[in-house]
Amino acid sequence: MKKYLVVLGLAMALVFSASASAREVTFSTQLTDYRGDGAYLAMYLTDSNGVYQGTLWIAGQKSKYYKHLRGWARGSGMSRAEYDGLTGASITSGRTLKMTMNLDDSLIDNGYQIHVDTSVEDMRDNRSDVVVPLTTEGAGKPVSGRGYVKSFSYHF
Amino acid sequence: MWRKLHLYPGLLAAPLLIVLAVTGVILSLSPVLERSNAVIPADGQINVAQLAQNVVTQYPGVEEIKRTPSGAVIVYYIRDGSPGADLVNPETGESMGPYEPSVFFRWVQDLHRSFLLDDAGRVLAGVLAAMMVLMCISGAVMLARRAGGWLPLLRGFKGSGDGRVHSELARFAVIVLLLSALTGSYMSAMRFGLLPDPGNSEPSFPMEVSGGESSPVGSLEALKNTDFNNLQELVFPFPGDPRDVFSLSTRQGAGFIDQATGQFVEYKSASTGNQLVDWIVRLHTGEGLWWLGLLLGLAALTVPVLSVTGVRIWWSRRVSSGIRGNVSATDADAVILVGSENNATRGFAKDLHAQLSRAGRCVHSADMNELAEDYPKASLLFVLTSTYGDGAAPASANRFMERLRHFRKAGGLRFAVLGFGDRQFPRFCQFAKDVDVALSSHGLERLQSLACVDRKSPDQFSQWGSRIAEVTGLNLRLSHNPAPPSLFELELVDRADFGVKVKAPTSIFRFRPGVGKKSLVGRFGKKHGQLPEFEAGDLIGICAPENAKPRYYSLASSSADGLLEICVRRLPGGLCSGFLHSLQPGERIQGFIHPNPEFRPAPGSQPVILIGAGAGIGPLAGFIRKNDARHPMYLYWGGRNPESDFLYRPELGSYLEDQRLTGLSTAFSRTQEGGYVQDKINEDAPNVRRMIEMGAQILVCGGSNMAAEVREVINNILEPLKTDVEKLKQEGRYLEDVY
Repeated sequence: MKKYLVVLGLAMALVFSASASAREVTFSTQLTDYRGDGAYLAMYLTDSNGVYQGTLWIAGQKSKYYKHLRGWARGSGMSRAEYDGLTGASITSGRTLKMTMNLDDSLIDNGYQIHVDTSVEDMRDNRSDVVVPLTTEGAGKPVSGRGYVKSFSYHF
Repeated sequence: MWRKLHLYPGLLAAPLLIVLAVTGVILSLSPVLERSNAVIPADGQINVAQLAQNVVTQYPGVEEIKRTPSGAVIVYYIRDGSPGADLVNPETGESMGPYEPSVFFRWVQDLHRSFLLDDAGRVLAGVLAAMMVLMCISGAVMLARRAGGWLPLLRGFKGSGDGRVHSELARFAVIVLLLSALTGSYMSAMRFGLLPDPGNSEPSFPMEVSGGESSPVGSLEALKNTDFNNLQELVFPFPGDPRDVFSLSTRQGAGFIDQATGQFVEYKSASTGNQLVDWIVRLHTGEGLWWLGLLLGLAALTVPVLSVTGVRIWWSRRVSSGIRGNVSATDADAVILVGSENNATRGFAKDLHAQLSRAGRCVHSADMNELAEDYPKASLLFVLTSTYGDGAAPASANRFMERLRHFRKAGGLRFAVLGFGDRQFPRFCQFAKDVDVALSSHGLERLQSLACVDRKSPDQFSQWGSRIAEVTGLNLRLSHNPAPPSLFELELVDRADFGVKVKAPTSIFRFRPGVGKKSLVGRFGKKHGQLPEFEAGDLIGICAPENAKPRYYSLASSSADGLLEICVRRLPGGLCSGFLHSLQPGERIQGFIHPNPEFRPAPGSQPVILIGAGAGIGPLAGFIRKNDARHPMYLYWGGRNPESDFLYRPELGSYLEDQRLTGLSTAFSRTQEGGYVQDKINEDAPNVRRMIEMGAQILVCGGSNMAAEVREVINNILEPLKTDVEKLKQEGRYLEDVY
């Protein structure tokens, strides 16, 4: 099956203040065959206490459904400024979302966690389908989600 | 215009509409199925706090409780790190089994709303819904016009074939179909931003919560105050996050509840817009309204039939329009003007055109609206027109009267008007009558007085042709038959002969379907050895060998009886009756069914008075045989001599015995007692009058002389009631099948 590929280089200047060094990170999210419409997905960072810090990516175009990405919605307050320019198409069952962006060095190995919330129309919402710390050690180690995410990994 | 609005979307969309309808029918079952499995507590019996507490006890890892509109409770939970969903009894919080949404219904739903094509398909489905709205409205307008108003529409239509099926089904289904189509269009328009979305029904997230120790869910005040039956969804706070809240949505509104205080930190009532959308979705899906769902499904079931009959009606009209070899208006010596709403009349005009041309005339055919200012060379003007609705001009004639004012009559131009209509309607052929008068008052000379053809009767048309042939001296043989019969083969099983001694040889013939050759199979693939659909009172057309002109006989049985039965008297010199009487069992004939749905006993328990003489007993005996409901039925019948021509004697005896027949009164003219059937009715006048007062219906079958005598007697009986046969006929309570 041809993999669904979205490659993006996006500086996250809005959320994380610019610093001298940034690193290119590739996030790869493969979905299970859940047999439903396209999944909405929110990828965001929290601190070690789970407090929302910033949005990495929103898959799914219709903002009226964003409330179902519950953890992200709760943290971001769904304010447009939080996700402007960070949205793309929803992801079809079984496909993989791959995206690359530059992240500030200070975010890595500093207690930050990556969260992925997922939601599918007429099916259950998964708050924190995936939660993984953003560390050098964790890079390249796929983890499985508890909802529609079959496998999630990031590479530097 | 309405016709076009109905036709084009219909032709374009028929196959896809069938898909939408069939999937809709399947989906309509879903609310009923859901409802039948759900436990529904009474209002006020359980509040959401109790429910949540019960659920938490059973499911410590609960994330969300959802109540579907049908009342089923779904609990989404995490157990040992993996997600699950169960259907739960709201009264106990106990599992009723895992929640597994049906893959089949899901697929059907996808097919229904997007043809499995995601957004592109959803647009298509939306467009189809809008087309359906258009077709419902245009169809309803056309039905009302045809019936002559909205109120007469309630009474329904007579007639037969595709047109009847189409209009009768539509009459019942149109309101519900319109509801489905409108709500579907609305949902689609809203999804694609053509209509304003009422927006989020939820308030924005609270920035501040008390942050205190979380209380047991069963003690939260806001949940205690919410009845279970109003619940839509309760989302639990993320475990271990003291800043998170409960999110509660009900049909009345939505809000967030502090885990510690149990109070709403934010609450927003559902706006009118939200409630409207909620209702529109319910009206479309039947969710939570299982009976409506079934009704929607039932109406959707008509769509495939409407599509097929609609396309067939269109096709048969197309085939009957179009005229070859048209001479220009200035050169023609005979002119045919056609007033037609749906092209049915054109077929007749075409036949007339061909026959006149064959007889050597230069013929010009045109719509009545194309009436020229003069026809310089013409000596014959034929106007063939139907009537639309309650006496109005049909589409191709609606400007005729206006144009007639500018028409210059030439000397020697004589006209004849032939009206087409249905005697069931009160203003039968009214427009034809108006045209006839208008032409005459415009100073034109009549070639032949106005004639009318009832329900496209080929016989009446050909009779009119003979009269025209007489007055013009032209050799015309009009034979247009708008519905070419599909012949089937019959094999004579047995015959019972009566009346030879009294010189009225009459036989009851019983046929079974012949195992025909391929060429005899009906056009639409009727199977070998099967009778077509018919009821007692319908007619069978039979052609004697080497004679193209069919004779019609009333059927005494219905196809459900498995035999086709007719009762035929041999007429001196009768080609067809002679042919039938020469048949021996095992021999075969060919025939076709000519539906005659008007001549039937009305449903209901009012008394039915059957009157007949001679072979006219055939269909009447058929009605009695079918009277399984044992409604009061009385038969008055006249023959010649009980020893010779007492038709159906044994059958009538057994019908009396098992009460399918309530009373029998016979007259035999060639006995000592003598007398005719009308005399028997006269003797029984008080009874007959009383039954008519009770709402009885009268059906007469037999020769035209007898029918006239019976009318006279009945009129006398009716006099004290201040009514007459004419009035009963208008009410559909006096039916005649006369030959």
